[in-house]
Amino acid sequence: MRWWVRVAVLLGALVVWQLVSVLAANPYFPPPLRILEAAARLWPSAHFTADVLPSLARVFGGWAAASVVGVAFGVALGRSRALADYFEFVFTFLRTLPPPLLVPVFMLVFGISTEMEVVTIAFGTVWPVLLNAVDGARSVDPVLADTARVFRLSRARWIFGVVLPAAGPKIFAGLRVSLSIALILMVISEVVGATSGIGYQLGTAQGASDLPGMWAWIALISLLGYLLNRGLLAVEHRALAWSRP
Amino acid sequence: MSMLEVAGLGHAYGGVDAVSDVSFVVEPGELVCIVGPSGCGKSTLLRCIAGLLPPTRGTVSLHGDRVVGVPSDLAVVFQDYSRSLLPWRTVAGNVEFPLRDRGLSTVERRSRVEEALSWVGLSEAAGKHPFELSGGMQQRVSIARALAYRPALMLMDEPFASVDAQTRADLEDLVLTVRASAGMTVLLVTHDIDESVYLADRVLVLSQSPATVVETLKVDLSSPRDQITTRGTDTFVRLRTEIARQIRR
Ligand SMILES: Nc1ncnc2c1ncn2[C@@H]1O[C@H](COP(=O)(O)OP(=O)(O)OP(=O)(O)O)[C@@H](O)[C@H]1O
Ligand SMILES: [Mg+2]
Repeated sequence: MRWWVRVAVLLGALVVWQLVSVLAANPYFPPPLRILEAAARLWPSAHFTADVLPSLARVFGGWAAASVVGVAFGVALGRSRALADYFEFVFTFLRTLPPPLLVPVFMLVFGISTEMEVVTIAFGTVWPVLLNAVDGARSVDPVLADTARVFRLSRARWIFGVVLPAAGPKIFAGLRVSLSIALILMVISEVVGATSGIGYQLGTAQGASDLPGMWAWIALISLLGYLLNRGLLAVEHRALAWSRP
Repeated sequence: MSMLEVAGLGHAYGGVDAVSDVSFVVEPGELVCIVGPSGCGKSTLLRCIAGLLPPTRGTVSLHGDRVVGVPSDLAVVFQDYSRSLLPWRTVAGNVEFPLRDRGLSTVERRSRVEEALSWVGLSEAAGKHPFELSGGMQQRVSIARALAYRPALMLMDEPFASVDAQTRADLEDLVLTVRASAGMTVLLVTHDIDESVYLADRVLVLSQSPATVVETLKVDLSSPRDQITTRGTDTFVRLRTEIARQIRR
């Protein structure tokens, strides 16, 4: 579809929303122009360095750590029957824990701190990456595995030159799921246990009954989610060009 | 010492015999063809020889050493050639890949890749990815990869199955030439009787599944062979008739 059609649809929706909310005059659902006003007041101000950047850093920190750990463990488990036998049960148990439940625990352990948020995000995002990496590593074609054995590839070349690329499509699918989880956990952990960040500002705006402000922060979160996903898709598109004949 | 010695080899998949009792010897520099009916256990036999599959019975020895893991200095052209290529690497990248752990300089690797690709007529396609190639071209990439590796023993599992007649003749002659110049030993599986006689110093005829060697035929055709004249000689015709009769049996 042409881009201007999409933009037109978006603008149309905003106009309808504006009209409906003005007519309804419900204070909990302010019109989009009021939200835009609030956004213009809040986003570019001191909040950008004090709140937006720290939030992004937590998302990236937790997500990156989880990705490295998840891929490393996932590939090891995917290629080793013995390891899988030992750990699969533990992991199946751990991953069923909803990460927000652990926020109170991590708050006690780490206090109200960046560590707490990063650990919460990392714990919640590691599972999709790990499980997809296991799947991907197992999906290496047996003929390709035989080929690697015949040519006596070194262990490093086997892992980095064969297993990781073969698992690439699955791993990226996991990374995308976990990125959206990272954003959600960032907000949750900041609302309850932070002194800065987008989630913290959302909580503050709520405390002050500043509804346009709240909606402005919510809009920022969804905008960030959209942009992060777009960025990751662009990376994926380049990295997996070979898998789209 | 013999290059390869297979003694009393048998393999069963979950109790069902695929290879029953195979023994033969291949001398250094020899080209031996294995022919046998479809599904008789040829690929299983090659996988046992390559050390990819532990045989249920019997032994395989290379240079007199018992094969347990995959031996060095061995290359395989797999029957499932397209699944043996790395889809994320270019044609040149695929050929070069196994050379990286062989302690070769960049220059040496590049020259081997160029040479092997020109042998199989794929110099133009060096920068393409496998999915951009036809089946026959992919098969030639896997042949080029094995040739660039310069193994002492080359195992080929129906390596020319999906190329056209002219390319097939060219590749047959290529294997004969490279074998002679590099002193390579070749064990080649084919279902094409004419091809086995044309290429081989000796032909092993396998029985129906589970495979045993029913006949070993020495091919006393002069070298170098020629696609037109060799195939017209009386010896050639006699040998192919003999093999056809053995397989029919
Ligand atoms: N991994 C496996 N598990 C169980 N049975 C197998 C396996 N691989 C092969 N077989 C069986 O072993 C027998 C021999 O198979 P193999 O692939 O070695 O034959 P082949 O002579 O190479 O056949 P083709 O001419 O079709 O290539 C067949 O009956 C096949 O079904
Ligand atoms: Mg076969």
